[in-house]
Amino acid sequence: MNNIFLVIQREYITRVRKKSFLIMSIVGPLLIAGLWIIPIWLATRDTEEKTIEILDDSGLFQSKFSESTAFKFNYLDTGIDEAKQIFSSSDSYGLLYIPNISLDDPEGITFFSDKNPSIEVIQNLEREMKGVLEEIKLVRSNIDKATLEGLKVDLSIDMINMADGGEKTGSAGVATIVGYISALMIYFFVFVYGIQILRGVIEEKANRIIEVIVSSVRPFHLMMGKILGVGAVGLTQYLIWLVLSVGITTGISTFYNVDRTAAMTENMEMADDGDEGAEFVAEIFNSLESINFTLLAFAFLFYFIGAYLLYGSLFAAIGSAVDNDTDAQQFQLPITIPLIFSLIVLSAILREPDGSLAFWLSMIPLSSPIIMMMRIPFGVPFWEIALSMSFLVAGFIFTTWLASRIYRIGILMHGAKVNYRILAKWFFMKN
Amino acid sequence: MKDINIEVPSQTIFGLLGPNGAGKTTLIRIITQIIFADTGQIYFEQEPIKPEDIRKIGYLPEERGLYKKMKVGEQLIYLARLKGLSKFDATKKIKFWLKKFEILNWWDKKIEDLSKGMQQKIQFIVTIMHEPSLIILDEPFSGFDPINVNIIKDEILELKEKGCTIIFSTHRMESVEELCDHIALINKSSVILDGSKKDIKNQFKTNTFVVEHIEKLNPVDSAFEIIDQKNIEENIYQSTLRLSNGNKANQLLSKLIDTTEVRAFAEKIPNMNDIFITKVKEEENE
Repeated sequence: MNNIFLVIQREYITRVRKKSFLIMSIVGPLLIAGLWIIPIWLATRDTEEKTIEILDDSGLFQSKFSESTAFKFNYLDTGIDEAKQIFSSSDSYGLLYIPNISLDDPEGITFFSDKNPSIEVIQNLEREMKGVLEEIKLVRSNIDKATLEGLKVDLSIDMINMADGGEKTGSAGVATIVGYISALMIYFFVFVYGIQILRGVIEEKANRIIEVIVSSVRPFHLMMGKILGVGAVGLTQYLIWLVLSVGITTGISTFYNVDRTAAMTENMEMADDGDEGAEFVAEIFNSLESINFTLLAFAFLFYFIGAYLLYGSLFAAIGSAVDNDTDAQQFQLPITIPLIFSLIVLSAILREPDGSLAFWLSMIPLSSPIIMMMRIPFGVPFWEIALSMSFLVAGFIFTTWLASRIYRIGILMHGAKVNYRILAKWFFMKN
Repeated sequence: MKDINIEVPSQTIFGLLGPNGAGKTTLIRIITQIIFADTGQIYFEQEPIKPEDIRKIGYLPEERGLYKKMKVGEQLIYLARLKGLSKFDATKKIKFWLKKFEILNWWDKKIEDLSKGMQQKIQFIVTIMHEPSLIILDEPFSGFDPINVNIIKDEILELKEKGCTIIFSTHRMESVEELCDHIALINKSSVILDGSKKDIKNQFKTNTFVVEHIEKLNPVDSAFEIIDQKNIEENIYQSTLRLSNGNKANQLLSKLIDTTEVRAFAEKIPNMNDIFITKVKEEENE
């Protein structure tokens, strides 16, 4: 047993010391933080002030465009040719020409500029003009704005989960996001670190160090040591990412905090119904509460480790059977298919988180970790989780046993042509 | 493998010989407990072999290598600790061996930066650093230059003097001739020859003698038979003579002295190479 720890230690230390580990540890959180920061940065970055000349022949839009930090409007009162000349000699962004349009068919509105105008500018102008015209039309139809607002219906269904006796407000949206993230994290972890196990085993075989090692360590200990060591490296990497991502994101948010709260207050004041935003936030928090986080965290950890051990030993078995990465591919496919399949059916599971497809796939150990993590945020009966977990434990004990029988023979075979029949032969071979 | 029954006397160098695919490596793997025999039992120091005994065995496989990305020092420490040494003892012993081979300055070098011969030296140290009582060497000289072959040979002899038992598997008959005390020849998974080198050589003696003499010999005497006779120098001949049954070397010599002037007289002793080839061919003809 002492040897297994030495193997784990070596696997861990040599991998963590690698430059690629350090680089991934730093780049990973930067990418994650980037996903948060870039939108914030885009939203808060100072945009250049654009002046737009307006020539309004219809007279409907005089002083109607709302000025902001981004846009200044300069109303002209000349002919179109003269306006063009004024625009050319100025450094304005563009010239908006509104001919004498009819309300029902506003055509011929043109934007002149000396470069291609951004879609954002055009959309902004279109929105403003639509608003102005609609208001005029409302007045013409004798409808005031308040009546119109009163006609709008705002509706959303409250979801109450009555499982476990209590009543909890839920939100399908939040559950979906939580489920997806957990499922994806398991998928990537198994894939990335499973391949690392495979590579590690092939490396030992190709190096020819394997026979030196197995003359002092039992092949099973060597295999388990590698699986656990690589797993520990993966967990360390995830942990570093978590800590750094939270750190960077919090840091950046604090830095931008002033601007953001200011922007939010402004937004709320601008909205007719100031409570709407607050209501939405409250709704999210309510539905987050509806998810049982203790259960979720426990289940995540369990399925995460279970899936890794289950697939990890299979990857080790493949590595032991082949001599190089290329040969490994034909055997990799049958292992990765259940993983990819689980990911693909997630959308079907989402439509019916309690359907029979969802049930059976969350019982089969090969797919249960990913499928179950998608279902748990929606609420799964306790007995189902317990049953699925027991199957998973039985599953990884079985795959580890299967893998170790192939592994012990495979690691000593060099240059042998391997197919499934030979793998089966190794499996049934007595010591 | 079938009915293998070999006894390796302690404190000897035991040559395990046989053509390719004879089962040498399989037998070694069974001894080192990498694989297990379906039937039969290995006894180690008079007792059935136990898993812990692996710590008293040092094995240099024919297919050998090291972790390329690891440094010499840490790799040796890792492998020594797998053999049950503490970190402290391992460091001490490894430093001793590196000093002995005058390569202590390699400590922080990565294996991939060493030449093949240099790596072989490290592998030899891996095999012996935990002071095993049984050392198994599978083709230990492959990849070494003649100077290093001699260094390793001296080391093997020194280890034997210190009390180690060495099992030595090779195709290089001249090193068998030079180093081994005992020999077992394996062919097609069974032992076809087993015993001390001296006994085996005696067993394969053909009672032939090589004699250098003046003037041609005439095949008249019934005591011996002339197999071959050639003129090697002016008036000097070299003859290969076979003694007929019951006659002694001295009788042959006195007869020769009577008939000619003898310049050299030596018994023709079969070398291991001949024995190996004779025996394996014999098996194949059966």
